[in-house]
Amino acid sequence: MHDHDAPDSHLPLEADAELTYYEQRVEAIQALLIEKGLLSADDVRRAVEDMDARSPAVGARVIARAWVDPHFKQHLLADAKAAIATLGIDVDTWSTLVAVENTPTIHNVVVCTLCSCYPRSLLGVPPDWYKSLNYRARVVKEPRTVLEEFGLELAPDIEVRVYDSTADMRYLVIPQRPAGTEGMSEGALAELVTRDSMIGVTQAQEPSP
Amino acid sequence: MRIRVATPSGHYRTPTYIQGKVGVIEAVHGAFRNPETLAYGGDGRPKQTLYLVRFDQTHIWAHAEPVPFCQNDRLLIDIYEHWLEPAPEE
Amino acid sequence: MPGVHDRGGWPDVGPINKAEHELSFWEKRTDALLVLLSSADRRVIRVDELRRAIESLPPEAYETMGYYERWISAIETLLIEKNVLTKAEIDRKAEQIVEQRTIETTE
Repeated sequence: MHDHDAPDSHLPLEADAELTYYEQRVEAIQALLIEKGLLSADDVRRAVEDMDARSPAVGARVIARAWVDPHFKQHLLADAKAAIATLGIDVDTWSTLVAVENTPTIHNVVVCTLCSCYPRSLLGVPPDWYKSLNYRARVVKEPRTVLEEFGLELAPDIEVRVYDSTADMRYLVIPQRPAGTEGMSEGALAELVTRDSMIGVTQAQEPSP
Repeated sequence: MRIRVATPSGHYRTPTYIQGKVGVIEAVHGAFRNPETLAYGGDGRPKQTLYLVRFDQTHIWAHAEPVPFCQNDRLLIDIYEHWLEPAPEE
Repeated sequence: MPGVHDRGGWPDVGPINKAEHELSFWEKRTDALLVLLSSADRRVIRVDELRRAIESLPPEAYETMGYYERWISAIETLLIEKNVLTKAEIDRKAEQIVEQRTIETTE
């Protein structure tokens, strides 16, 4: 097991295991950058903590608000970062964000065919499959087949819109609010908003009966 | 608009599969520093306008093997100004 | 010929492997190094440069390496290119780290 809370990132993490080539390179580069004063061990620890703190829960909170508050949703669609800032979330360092809405007639799904652009501020680190060569190759060419692999079958008359984000924009899908969720609290609604539904490969979860 | 066809050498942000295809500008994102020069330590200036361009799936993959996509499926992709050129008249 | 990273529509690909793994500590640290090196107050490496360096990997390496293996290789390439570190320096430090661990684990 890796110790994710290692207080001192210099300490060997697996004293009994040999370091792989790449682990050696990371350790060596980090140690040298610290020696040269370009960064500190504390900086690295904080950056890892920041990374751990970002999760799809942030995105889910935004979506749940959009489901219950039509004005917020309009704001989100018009200027996503400004809208999210009104929730007290610090968006200063974020890339430009565009929210796209799923409707009964339009389904959106996001990819980055050239690398792995992803709205990390809202969703955390991307899943392995999002970064995979196969997803990147296929979803632009046969989106419906790919969505079926994720268990999502869409009627032929629904317009599937694939967003290939190539550089400066990040895309967030606003999934459709599931039926039967009238009267649910915003917090309970957020529980239905999965990471995959905000990428667009699935719908939001149905409420448990 | 049509997407320019260029022999990709070095860092480029316009995928090959969309080059030479004709699409419609869906939105204008604004001006951004050019990632294709930033990638080599440049300052990315002059800034390039970034457009969201929409394509019909059937136009992109017309010669591909049959795959189940429907007539009104679309692909939307961010393209920098210097990759766009006027489309020839139909 | 598209570059090896230019995957849209790439032919002959199979199903998508949906298995996920929790990032290990070295992967998180690689990510952290990039975030720090590209931060507004440091600007040692730009993300655009990272992408360019990743795409410049030999095609076979690009296809077989893990995601953060590509990242740390690209970070190393760029730090050397920018004269922040030298390859010899990194090699020496890596050896020291391995030796140090050997001593610690055999004590």
